[in-house]
Amino acid sequence: MQKMPKRYYALFTLPTIIAFLISFFIPFLLGIYLSFTKFTTVTDSQWVGFSNYIRAFSEDQNFLNAMIFTIKFALVSVVLINVFAFSLAVLLTRKIKGTNLFRTVFFMPNLIGGIVLGYIWQLIINGILINFGVDITYSANYGFWGLVVLMNWQMTGYMMVIYIAGIQGISPELIEAAKIDGANSWQVLKGVIIPMVMPAVTICTFLTVSNSFKLFDQNLALTAGAPARASSMLALDIFNTFYGRNGYEGVGQAKAVVFFLFVAIIVLLQLRLTRNQEVEN
Amino acid sequence: MSKKLFNMISIVLIAVFVLAACAAPTAVPATQAPATAATVAATTAAPSATTGGEVYYLNFKPEIADVYTKIAAEYLKETGVTLKVVTAASGTYEQTLKSEMAKSDAPVLFQINGPVGYAAWKDYCLDLKNTDLYKHLTDKSLAVTSGDGVYGIPYAIEGYGIIYNNAIMTKYFALSGAKATSMDQINNFATLKAVVEDMTAKKAQLGIKGVFSSTSLKTGEDWRWQTHLANLPIFYELKDESYDLSKGTPSEITFKYADNFKNIFDLYLNNSVTGSKLLGSKSVDDSMAEFALGESAMVQNGEWAWSQIKGVTGNTVKEQDVKFLPIYTGVTGEEKQSISVGTENFFAINSKATPEKQKLAENFIYWLYSSDAGKKFVVSDLGFIAPFDTFSDTEKPTDPLSKEVLRYSSNTNLYNVAWDFTVFPSQTFKNDFGGVLLQYAQGNKTWADVTKLVVDEWKTEAANATK
Repeated sequence: MQKMPKRYYALFTLPTIIAFLISFFIPFLLGIYLSFTKFTTVTDSQWVGFSNYIRAFSEDQNFLNAMIFTIKFALVSVVLINVFAFSLAVLLTRKIKGTNLFRTVFFMPNLIGGIVLGYIWQLIINGILINFGVDITYSANYGFWGLVVLMNWQMTGYMMVIYIAGIQGISPELIEAAKIDGANSWQVLKGVIIPMVMPAVTICTFLTVSNSFKLFDQNLALTAGAPARASSMLALDIFNTFYGRNGYEGVGQAKAVVFFLFVAIIVLLQLRLTRNQEVEN
Repeated sequence: MSKKLFNMISIVLIAVFVLAACAAPTAVPATQAPATAATVAATTAAPSATTGGEVYYLNFKPEIADVYTKIAAEYLKETGVTLKVVTAASGTYEQTLKSEMAKSDAPVLFQINGPVGYAAWKDYCLDLKNTDLYKHLTDKSLAVTSGDGVYGIPYAIEGYGIIYNNAIMTKYFALSGAKATSMDQINNFATLKAVVEDMTAKKAQLGIKGVFSSTSLKTGEDWRWQTHLANLPIFYELKDESYDLSKGTPSEITFKYADNFKNIFDLYLNNSVTGSKLLGSKSVDDSMAEFALGESAMVQNGEWAWSQIKGVTGNTVKEQDVKFLPIYTGVTGEEKQSISVGTENFFAINSKATPEKQKLAENFIYWLYSSDAGKKFVVSDLGFIAPFDTFSDTEKPTDPLSKEVLRYSSNTNLYNVAWDFTVFPSQTFKNDFGGVLLQYAQGNKTWADVTKLVVDEWKTEAANATK
């Protein structure tokens, strides 16, 4: 039995590899190919070279506007989500009554789908804004902060769980030693806990950065880009270009490739940056 | 034993995973593109096996999806041909069509919305000149043509205008100091405005929350304004220029009747159930419900809205009280203007399907519009006013709004406002127009911004369409 894993290696990974090829790798290659073509349906295309990439940026400002909106959103929400999640994790690893209940409650929003959350928050936000005689479509800023609140509500619990695991993984001896040396709780947090949970920070920032950039459902359900595309993010803009405009399918595909490269570069940079901060246990 | 058992369990597990992997591709789009998933499609394929072949129809109208289940059963019984109907949810037809057409089992029968739709799908549209159904089309000018070919056959005549609740209007006319005493007197914008504004002042007495239902300006719910209402100024502009619509989209417009559009649009906004800054969250369903519940007296929509009004629980509107009024905008001579009757529903047959399948599709649409059973479905279940000579005068839909459409179109004293929006350059033009109308309603954009956007966007999009 000891040698089993090695001998059956190929057999056990095969299903995953097949699934990965069918549902990810092949569509991905097809997508890159299609970004250089003009097509109405994906099975019927003509080569046009780089013109789709040029049109994505030159014909209108929608893609650039969406990119700026997305970057702003990602910056704000990554910081807020991680700050909230880490604070909650620190609180909930203390010996407080009902810790488990709180952990469950904070985690729950993550189990609800993005579309549903989008509509729920639209109702809540409109319910508040109606007192001021407006609704969420009144200004792109409302849509922006609505999305930030929504994202925080959804992601904080999940990141909190990762941070809790990180904090619980720190050996009590380290903290005890620090206390004996006379460190107060702030110094323990700064000097021991934070450096020790850096691997969790890497994972959490990775997840929040990539999810913030790729956000689609919530954006669609909450504002659908209103007013006049001003609150539409990259994924929604790509979707609208691909499906909403005849003759722009290739342009939408080109935007998607640009989007992929953009997110990949940012995420790789982020991983390098946070990895460097990690310390050996 | 343990090793053998282990191997067997492994094999079972692998089988499960492989099967799950095979199922994955169908599940994947659901998570990646929730819009399509949320909206896509109730498949109403007929149950039993295909002996006589299959016709795959991608239906545009969600409100009649259920009827097609009945039609499919009947058609299977009569001819042995299976009718597979997939319905795209409201506002998602183009994207559903785009993904369905890429499949090996692509729709054979689909629909285009006029010349612009034809331009997008011309590689997929079969010439229908020699089909039986086209021969029975009463007004050949309604079809979508290009050169000698006929690529779209209209299958339903529709009409839209301002739907009003006669019970509330009668109540108003009975009040002292009413600005008019019957609906006949309202035959231009000045009178309409006087009446509407007076009604708003007396809304407590009339028991309504506003004269007009909410001007729904939510993204995707704004077609009543950026398409239907926008048709009026464009209609008059193209009429002044004697523009030949068969040439397709004009390369530029001046939007010279912009002020007329503003007249009626402002009237809708200022006398509405909902404050104009809250309209970005209102959908068409919301405004039809307001009308059905008697909270408003008027709403702009077409005859297809009857099923919606009827379907609202607790509706207070009586069938005999639902009527149409033409949309007056203050154009000279509009006393003779009728409601707007036309069509944007054209059958098209997939030119890339096999000839056998194309023939089956042709047979099906001919059956639907010529056999007794088919015609019965068209008239009483689908509620279409069919533009074919296979229908006698008695075979017409009987719902109140369709009757109104027939009443207006048979009145030769009035001139029809044709559906010129079929030459609007693109969906993007309409969406951006809707977007700026919302910002105008919220007070974030001026009317000058609106007219500028319409003129500029028309020019760009018309140029893009010819690329």
